[in-house]
Amino acid sequence: MAVEGIGARALRKEDKRFITGKGRYTDDVVLPGMGFAAFVRSPHAHAKVRGIDSSAALLMPGVDAVLSGDQLVGDGIGNLICGWMIHSKDGSPMKMGGWRALEPETVRFVGQAVAVVVADTQAQARDAADAVVVDYEELPAVADPLAALDEGAPQLHPEAEGNLIYDWEIGDEAATNAAFENAAHVTRMQIQNNRLVPNPMEPRAAVASYNDGDEHYTLYTTSQNPHVARLVLSAFYNVAPEHKLRVIAPDVGGGFGSKIFIYPEEMVCLWASKRVGRPVKWVSDRTEAFLTDAHGRDHRSEAELALDADNKILGLRVKTVANIGAYMSLFSSSVPTYLYATLLSGQYDIPAIHANVKTVYTNTAPVDAYRGAGRPEATFLLERVIETAAREVGMSPADFRRKNFIKSFPHQTPVIMCYDAGDYDATLDAALKAADYDGFAARKAEAASRGKLRGIGMSCYIEACGIAPSAAVGSLGAGVGLWESAEVRVNPVGTVEVLTGSHSHGQGHETTFAQLISERFGLDTDAISIVHGDTDKVQFGMGTYGSRSGAVGMSAIVKALDKVETKAKKIAAHLMEASEADIQIEGGELKVAGTDKKLSFTEVALAAYTAHNLPEGMEPGLKEGAFYDPTNFTFPAGTYICEVEIDPETGRTEIVNFVAADDFGKVINPMIVEGQVHGGLAQGIGQALLENAAYDENGQLLTASYMDYTMPRADDVPSFNLSTHETVCPGNPLGMKGCGEAGAIGSPPAVINAITDAIGSNDLSMPASAEKVWALCKSSMRQAAE
Amino acid sequence: MSKVSMVLNGKSVSADVEDRTLLVSFIREVRGLTGTHVGCDTSQCGACVVHVDGKAVKSCTMLAAQADGADVVTLEGLANGGDLHPVQAAFREHHGLQCGFCTPGMIMSAVDMINRHGPGNLDETTIRHELEGNICRCTGYHNIVKAIKAASDQMAGMAQAAE
Repeated sequence: MAVEGIGARALRKEDKRFITGKGRYTDDVVLPGMGFAAFVRSPHAHAKVRGIDSSAALLMPGVDAVLSGDQLVGDGIGNLICGWMIHSKDGSPMKMGGWRALEPETVRFVGQAVAVVVADTQAQARDAADAVVVDYEELPAVADPLAALDEGAPQLHPEAEGNLIYDWEIGDEAATNAAFENAAHVTRMQIQNNRLVPNPMEPRAAVASYNDGDEHYTLYTTSQNPHVARLVLSAFYNVAPEHKLRVIAPDVGGGFGSKIFIYPEEMVCLWASKRVGRPVKWVSDRTEAFLTDAHGRDHRSEAELALDADNKILGLRVKTVANIGAYMSLFSSSVPTYLYATLLSGQYDIPAIHANVKTVYTNTAPVDAYRGAGRPEATFLLERVIETAAREVGMSPADFRRKNFIKSFPHQTPVIMCYDAGDYDATLDAALKAADYDGFAARKAEAASRGKLRGIGMSCYIEACGIAPSAAVGSLGAGVGLWESAEVRVNPVGTVEVLTGSHSHGQGHETTFAQLISERFGLDTDAISIVHGDTDKVQFGMGTYGSRSGAVGMSAIVKALDKVETKAKKIAAHLMEASEADIQIEGGELKVAGTDKKLSFTEVALAAYTAHNLPEGMEPGLKEGAFYDPTNFTFPAGTYICEVEIDPETGRTEIVNFVAADDFGKVINPMIVEGQVHGGLAQGIGQALLENAAYDENGQLLTASYMDYTMPRADDVPSFNLSTHETVCPGNPLGMKGCGEAGAIGSPPAVINAITDAIGSNDLSMPASAEKVWALCKSSMRQAAE
Repeated sequence: MSKVSMVLNGKSVSADVEDRTLLVSFIREVRGLTGTHVGCDTSQCGACVVHVDGKAVKSCTMLAAQADGADVVTLEGLANGGDLHPVQAAFREHHGLQCGFCTPGMIMSAVDMINRHGPGNLDETTIRHELEGNICRCTGYHNIVKAIKAASDQMAGMAQAAE
């Protein structure tokens, strides 16, 4: 390794263990005497639980116990909760129904757990779970969010009349209505955002153990935020007090939001480990993951865009119904509200916006944050409407967007957000050039000569990252602050350990965070370790989601580094009898400017710990901590252009070129940033072309395995053409904006805009399957013939 | 119960296992080699790919008993002492992994792919087609494809130099 600072394409420090099979994931954890849990799950979407007969299961080999909801409730284990309060427009608080980790009375989605078996082996536990007989009385179910609002629809929770959780609004309704009254042109669309299953490749898992000697619990689990897990498990679920619970999230195989939340299973494993007196492991199988991981998206919207005679946007009016599933997951309420409607201004100067969001219960799995969380829904809606409006008024989609771009910063939108910096023309120009937009007509003609349909579509996305200023989110209903913490420990020999509350589950923090320290002190990255994911090692942290590890997590490290640097300089100045102001750090040495006097970083660190000769009154040691609370969200933005070629005979869509031009602010490691964009693009293209979580009208999940749910594979996506264009974020010390979600946010509308351009029909919902595209091609051809 | 014996990463091993024990369970749970992963229940994701008698096999789709007498290599057995296999090195060099969970299967499939086509004989289309049985959710495949191509070409160079 070497000194690799900000901007270096440093290869990843963590890779060696992953490419040699030495990664350590939760399922790899084996504790002495460990038993295995298997859950008994409802096959019905809505049913009363009349009784649970475990007698046969209890007689099976290896079985320790069959535990059910009555015992859980009897032991005082609390309900699962949603930690973000949303108020309806009439001022009333959201209507949250009770959610028990094991349901004793009424199950509300297929896959909901009613009991758990603990046995010696996983196979024994699963066999015994199959032998538990549950007497259900089936109730009518509803899976469709619009149908759930109908009069006479099956009712899920007594707390939420008409299945309505909240009827929320944002923006100035009167001003928006006035804009429409004065409009020269109005574009109207019905837009659906399809339901997705996050599908990190590592299924969720938990290994829980209880030591009755010191009444202490340990939980290994697949979490993006182990400290939040500990807080929620102790403060709300009463599983264990915080100081008696250690949560470890070791190597985690992807999250994409789905591993933010605290689920029933890890709670039950903790509780069961005490009940049965042995460590308990549970590993989700893939079908359990489809049934019980929090899903994403699932919006039905009406959108209207008002233009003046000069094609300037006057207003945007949106009505959305969001499906939250059968229960309110941890941050579910914030996703279709503050993470969605606050981004409806996009990159555009829109004087008036009004959005109304009705969030409803249905007999489906809970829906919560999935890569982008609300922002993909906003971007898809807006960029489909913008593209359609441009086509309706006969303007080039690029020119129409450019005409309406926000040009000066800071820019206050009508929906809370204040954009701090950006240059939307720059990313649009870069994308147009990279896509050879001007040459498209010739390519389209050439494709037509082969009987193929070519289309080109764009999307100019914005998102809000770096979640988030604590006071701001607190005023909007968040139950937690969204700062981050860091501790920088310089060891006596001059190596450095950085403890962070961020959590890496693929993002490469062990490398990028080390680059910060390498840059600051001129140290070899091999001399730096990043410690994360263990509540016994790191005091507290808010974890990783919303592209916050850079803008928030690294900012906390910078604050701690500032303190370490100050102290190191004081020690060096004292030892070299120089003025502190004259000490410079360069190449791993502390030098007195203008002289040849210098000390190595190691010598200064050692001096801090021997403490034989420190400045008067200075404490020994070289270790500093910091908390960083951001001042604003950050606003990554960019333009994506997708070019497709469609075979009208089969409806097959091939992405022949995909260009992404992003502004992520300051980039620490371009290689890792590119990787984040690649992955996000594949997920967005997956949403646009392939993925769909489908329930039938009775609430049965039809897509509960990789046989039925189409994951993007290597031959479904192209190689990508990326570039970045930096405007520095003024809100944090490193000028970073964040890159984790952009690909998934910006790409779906670009793909659908390209396909609708190719086939000449705009009535296309996601996923744009070959069947749908083929049918539209046929009807377009029929219309053309008539 | 059946007694199953095999050569696993060059070492003779045997154990009495339940008849229904999958090869992947034998590798992970009986032998404690956790570098091979399980990502699905339907033999779709490919996180569990190992080599059985030199061929890539999804170890979740085969009983341990079916591998009785076989020569099995997992990701842990791929490196030659301290030297990484060129495919392992290329995955790191080209950032072909993020969370690392699909990586064992990806690397074992890639080695098999290069062996079958011959080093240096892989283009992007072929690689993407050949990866049909391996799902990655992090990388968008872009850098995995680059890594496999680079490793294939490098191995061709090594083969030529050896001649």
